Amino acid sequence: MTNSINELIDADTILIIGSNTTENHPVIGAKIRQAIGKGAKLIVAEPREIELAKEADVFLQIRPGSNVALLNGMMHVILAEGWQDKAFIEERTEGFETLERVVKAYTPERAAQLCGVKAEDIVAAARLYAKADKASIIYCMGITQHSNGVGNVMSVSNLAMLCGQLGKASSGVNPLRGQNNVQGACDMGALPATLPGYQPVSKPEVIAKFEQAWNTRLSAKAGLTVPEMMDAACRGDIKFLYIMGENPMVSDPDTAHVRHALTHTDFLVVQDIFLTETAELADVVLPAAAFAEKDGTFSNTERRVQRVRKAVEAPGSAKPDWVIIMELMNALGYKSMYRDPSEIFDEIASLTPSYAGMSYERLEECGIQWPCPDKAHPGTSYLHKGAFSRGKGLFKGVEHQEPVEPTDEQYPFALTTGRVLYHYHTRTMTKRVKGLEAKVPESYLEISPSAAAELGVKDGDMLKVSSRRGEISIKAKVTDRVSGNVVFIPFHFAEAAANVLTNSALDPNCKTPELKVCAVAVKK
Amino acid sequence: MVNLTINGQAVQVENSFTILQAAEQMGISLPTFCHDKRLTGHGACRICVVEVKGARSLMTACTVPVSEGMMVETHSPSVIEARKEILRLMIENHPLDCLTCAKAGACKLQDYCFEYDVKEGGYQGAKKNYPIDDSNPFFYLDRNKCILCGRCVRVDNELQCTGAINYNQRGFNTHIGIPYERDFEASTCVSCGNCVSACPVGALMPKSDVKFRQWEVRTVKTTCAYCGVGCQLELKVKGNKVVGAEPVETEPNDGLLCVKGKFGYRFLDHPDRLKTPLIRKDGKLAEASWEEAYRTIAGKMLEIKEQHGPDAMGTFTSARCTNEENYLMQKLFRAVAGTNNVDHCARL
Ligand code: SF4
Ligand code: SF4
Repeated sequence: MTNSINELIDADTILIIGSNTTENHPVIGAKIRQAIGKGAKLIVAEPREIELAKEADVFLQIRPGSNVALLNGMMHVILAEGWQDKAFIEERTEGFETLERVVKAYTPERAAQLCGVKAEDIVAAARLYAKADKASIIYCMGITQHSNGVGNVMSVSNLAMLCGQLGKASSGVNPLRGQNNVQGACDMGALPATLPGYQPVSKPEVIAKFEQAWNTRLSAKAGLTVPEMMDAACRGDIKFLYIMGENPMVSDPDTAHVRHALTHTDFLVVQDIFLTETAELADVVLPAAAFAEKDGTFSNTERRVQRVRKAVEAPGSAKPDWVIIMELMNALGYKSMYRDPSEIFDEIASLTPSYAGMSYERLEECGIQWPCPDKAHPGTSYLHKGAFSRGKGLFKGVEHQEPVEPTDEQYPFALTTGRVLYHYHTRTMTKRVKGLEAKVPESYLEISPSAAAELGVKDGDMLKVSSRRGEISIKAKVTDRVSGNVVFIPFHFAEAAANVLTNSALDPNCKTPELKVCAVAVKK
Repeated sequence: MVNLTINGQAVQVENSFTILQAAEQMGISLPTFCHDKRLTGHGACRICVVEVKGARSLMTACTVPVSEGMMVETHSPSVIEARKEILRLMIENHPLDCLTCAKAGACKLQDYCFEYDVKEGGYQGAKKNYPIDDSNPFFYLDRNKCILCGRCVRVDNELQCTGAINYNQRGFNTHIGIPYERDFEASTCVSCGNCVSACPVGALMPKSDVKFRQWEVRTVKTTCAYCGVGCQLELKVKGNKVVGAEPVETEPNDGLLCVKGKFGYRFLDHPDRLKTPLIRKDGKLAEASWEEAYRTIAGKMLEIKEQHGPDAMGTFTSARCTNEENYLMQKLFRAVAGTNNVDHCARL
């Protein structure tokens, strides 16, 4: 997030696109409602009529995969009406002409047609956003999990820059991080091309710095992403895979492909708190401590680094992940000695400029938001004040792209996936909490009343849903949360798993799979 | 700034302060039931009444703003008598089952009755007799213990903003409830438990599979392990078991949680937890020692590095693990294994 969570309460307009906030980030959902209570206007753009849609001033029930068309349509209106922030564009950005050229073709009428919404609603949304004093955009996987995810993200920042809605309190671009420490994992260099603090492996001075700190030789060749490692494993190029605390057998697209990849490695290590679907395939399974059984830090979606503290002992001989990795380093002959996680954190701070001013001592009372470059720095509540990190903000015109797999006669439904309030990711934890399991005990397919009537399907009927990759049996939930030929499955469940059906087609730039839309057939 | 006198002591406070805030600044603690720092003063329970010189009646400290030259008494005889009277009225119709009540020790009604020496109601009025609503899997509502301070209603409507609960009926029959006298399960309630955390007595209570006394638990402040909001919470721990979670009033959640943060810790001691390393032998995962596990993994890594080069290895680290663990894992693969094949499911 460029803003802080609590800045949302003071926004004048909030645009939610591709985020079911009240279910996936419930406390942020509550803050958005507090903002509405204080008079904020709300625009929701989602394929499903999520809870917040009912409270929206403008609800745009867009076709899955039409985000860019919508955003271009809004920008077209803003330019046609002269609502853009000319001073901001002039002083803070470049490449405006390329944007102008592209959005010219997206009249509200054309955008409306591509998105399946009304042109006047696009105009209304554009006005609410552009005319607001402080406007915040919130987005999540509905923007990123597409084959043109990078284009989606660029379009969002185009809109914000066009209206100068960036670099101020309560005014910015706010991607919500799904899992508790996605932000931190990225910050820590759990990415193939960057070391901690997003320092690229391609820069010799970066490599030199870490080689010295770690007393070793490092590779300057960018590594593979998760989907690329899956493909490489299928080909036999990845022989050893070590998975810590992830369950790709349920979370990743195209389960058959994942199984093929994992079983094709020579050796698979899985470290987790439960014997997950993925751990069942492993050669070695290592028992890890859960969050309440260890010390450490998580970095939340507003870049706030916060303490995790040990409350109880781990069961049996399970150990904190950091202890396991440290002991394995030593077993491999690399001397590694940390008495507790605060010493690891100090090493992180010494190598990661945005964390440099932090220590456990400073985090004791309250978390700190990065960048926090030195010990006296209070942390940063919102980004891009006065300048962008690259200097000028770059506009990039983005064209609308149809999903990789359009619906057709054989697969006439557009399947989109997501989460529910009561479960988390692959349910390894939540299915073992009685009340949560009781709330949503099984998977289901949301189908519109019109589509259900056409197929003769009643609420609760068992359906066969198939795509080019697989087939599942699943219970029907007839609801007007979805409309037309759009259907929805929560991806949490290993039984009737949505990801048996989804497409692993990747965004060519950021390698995010197109989980948010694929073509399926639905039969009774 | 405003100058006033509380209990004979002069004090200077912000213009926007209430008498309650001014007293707090001086370290004088006033009893409150309905008060919530996050909400504007309400004056519903009246237990915070104080005497203001020149005023015709006692005033609720949580709603009355300070003014220049104000003279306040927080514990004068008439104030104390008024508070006793309020407490008597409350316990008059309250089941006095403190011996077995799970809230004992953390109950404001109990604490204030102790502080003000109130033993019994003394009136022989009608008692409440409501059925307990235990339809929600995580908590129950015992309206017989409810003191109608309204905190839960305000937290639900103004902070959580779900608006599932409100006051039903009027007068003696006023009670907290779901519209049309339905139960929680039949309401729009999302089980966040924020109303439960706000209840000062034993009316809205978490369901628990272990019995514990409030004074048996210690608290550990930590960060919720579910979504990226990173709510701050205090785990309540009895022995080696987490028995509850309470929100902390700080950034970023300011005293709110969702159902997963509030009640989702219960997987921790599930019997399915992995307790020992497992190594595949003859096609089956069999229990093994840590030494054997490390030896096997290290041996395999060195062998593959030797035969196929470092880039034949890779790791998926975890968005669920700590920063320190993610840092160490990428260090293991970059510095020790020698490959940048490091990623996690940021994209999922
Ligand atoms: S649990 Fe949450 S949603 Fe339900 S009544 Fe209480 S505050 Fe409202
Ligand atoms: S309590 Fe709920 S909203 Fe807060 S971090 Fe946990 S899962 Fe997210």
